[in-house]
Amino acid sequence: MTDLSSAKPADIPRSESAALLAMLWRDKLAFVSAVMLLVIVLFAVLGPALLGDAAGAQNLRGRNSPPFDLAHGWAFVLGGDSLGRPMLPRLIVAASSTMGVAAGAVLSALVVGAAFGLVAGYLGKNVSQVIMRLADVIMSFPSLLIAVVVLYVLGPSIPNLVLVLAITRIPIYLRTTCAEVLEVRERMFVQAATVMGASHTRIILRHILPIVAPTLMTIATLDFAFVMLAESSLSFLGIGIQPPNITWGLMVSQGRPYLSSAWWLAFWPGLMIVITALSLNLLSNWMRVALDPAQRWRLEARSTKGGTANG
Amino acid sequence: MTKMIGQRAIASLLSLLGLMILVFFLSRLTGDPAVLFLPIDATEQMKEEFRALHGLDRPIIEQFGAYVWDLLHLDFGDSLRKARPAIDVVLEAYTWTLPLALITMALVMVAAIVLGALAAFKVGGFFDRLVSIVSLVGASAPDFWIAIVAIVIFSINFGWLPTSGVGTPLHWVLPIAVLFIRPFGLIVQVVRGSMLSALGAAYVKTARAKGVKNRPLIFVHTLRNAMLPVITVMGDQAAALLNGAVIVETIFGFPGIGKLMIDSILQRDFNVVLTAIMVTAIAIFIMNILIDIAYGVLDPRIRQ
Repeated sequence: MTDLSSAKPADIPRSESAALLAMLWRDKLAFVSAVMLLVIVLFAVLGPALLGDAAGAQNLRGRNSPPFDLAHGWAFVLGGDSLGRPMLPRLIVAASSTMGVAAGAVLSALVVGAAFGLVAGYLGKNVSQVIMRLADVIMSFPSLLIAVVVLYVLGPSIPNLVLVLAITRIPIYLRTTCAEVLEVRERMFVQAATVMGASHTRIILRHILPIVAPTLMTIATLDFAFVMLAESSLSFLGIGIQPPNITWGLMVSQGRPYLSSAWWLAFWPGLMIVITALSLNLLSNWMRVALDPAQRWRLEARSTKGGTANG
Repeated sequence: MTKMIGQRAIASLLSLLGLMILVFFLSRLTGDPAVLFLPIDATEQMKEEFRALHGLDRPIIEQFGAYVWDLLHLDFGDSLRKARPAIDVVLEAYTWTLPLALITMALVMVAAIVLGALAAFKVGGFFDRLVSIVSLVGASAPDFWIAIVAIVIFSINFGWLPTSGVGTPLHWVLPIAVLFIRPFGLIVQVVRGSMLSALGAAYVKTARAKGVKNRPLIFVHTLRNAMLPVITVMGDQAAALLNGAVIVETIFGFPGIGKLMIDSILQRDFNVVLTAIMVTAIAIFIMNILIDIAYGVLDPRIRQ
């Protein structure tokens, strides 16, 4: 059977990824963001193994030692915390939990939301109407309050945190996928596939999903920043990550009592959050245009409707 | 129009009910308030009496039934912590949060409309860049961190503004400024986008050909048409503003609904948590209806 969807440039992987890289190189801001994110991911993956000991080691002379002072060794270049632990290794190690929670939440929300969205959109207007309304209702309520209640009941642990964050983000993917599928399923190539006797599963996975995927990827990138901010807010309030686990949000809250004497305790971890989120935002902006030129018209159409496409 | 509002009202009522059931049962699972409220050396008998007094010894279904029955009589129960009607405690907190939210939202609207319109009028110009930088910061910087940095700079270093509490107008400056950033960044982008598309419309060309000056062209002709999406986003932002209020109020010791929620959850004050959630949901629901009506007023096409 001829696969009409292969009219999309999916079958030239090598040169395409190279072209994409070249495009990334041309946009310097997006390129720097991508490099920053790569470094942070490396921190997250390698940090705990390489620097776990250094991050926990106490040097009581280095308590609240100011940054940019090498008297206590290179590890204290960003200062020491209130227990005399060096800031720099702690920041690097904290990347691991911060990224882990956000990645877990975004991935689960993406998979669940996209799966239900694909099915609902494919089934047609009535089902998707119900789903959209439901998503509207969930989204109209302050997610932080729900998260606070649920986390306090379930007990603050990493899996629970991932669960809560994922649940609050599912509506986003659900709504987007549903809306896109509703439109894509009316297109000619889907009709052609139906006429040729393709099964529903095949139509959804082979013909519709590849069209929707770039949009979902862009949203997921943006959402990663949002989820990271939400996690750090929860950790900051004391109901997210619990010590001895550390995330940047928790480090900010641990540094808060020392604001007047040691500003760097709260400043650096917050700066890490800002850098990561900023990179994600810039990269997502770039992806929106770059990832799928065929979809540019859709973005333009959305901006005339004034959607919140912009981060 | 009326039909649409009716449908939304039913959907919202159902979700309110679901929310209430969820929170009621979840909050009863957090732990025994008798243990938390009485001194450590309280006897078993004292605990029993405490539970009997507050109806905590009955089966949970019965507790729920009693709660719903009271609710139908507009009785939200008493706050365990303050020994006052929960609804009073919640409404009192709202007298602080409401002005905070309204002032912030008013400032956001004025700033977003003016700056967004100016940015759209000259794409790539000074205002356009300013707007995109603020939007990026708003989307990327955690509000608690902005609050902390602001405290370090303005309260500790310069000593211009108080670090926390309420009392003087100066106490409001930092909370409003911190709350302002994120919704502003979002709404200004929407204003810009929808102004851009409105400026390309045919009636704008007509107006230009008639010789309409720039300022009336932006603020009279185009803006009204560009307002629809802005109003929608504003509705979404109300919920987000409450998220922000939780953080900002905790940091600045502002006695509003966000701080009340966190304190009540930590101290297992069920009735206050439930009341706060329901009052919030009702407030958001009313606002959504107002937005629907505003939509109809601005765009006659929707009224049919």
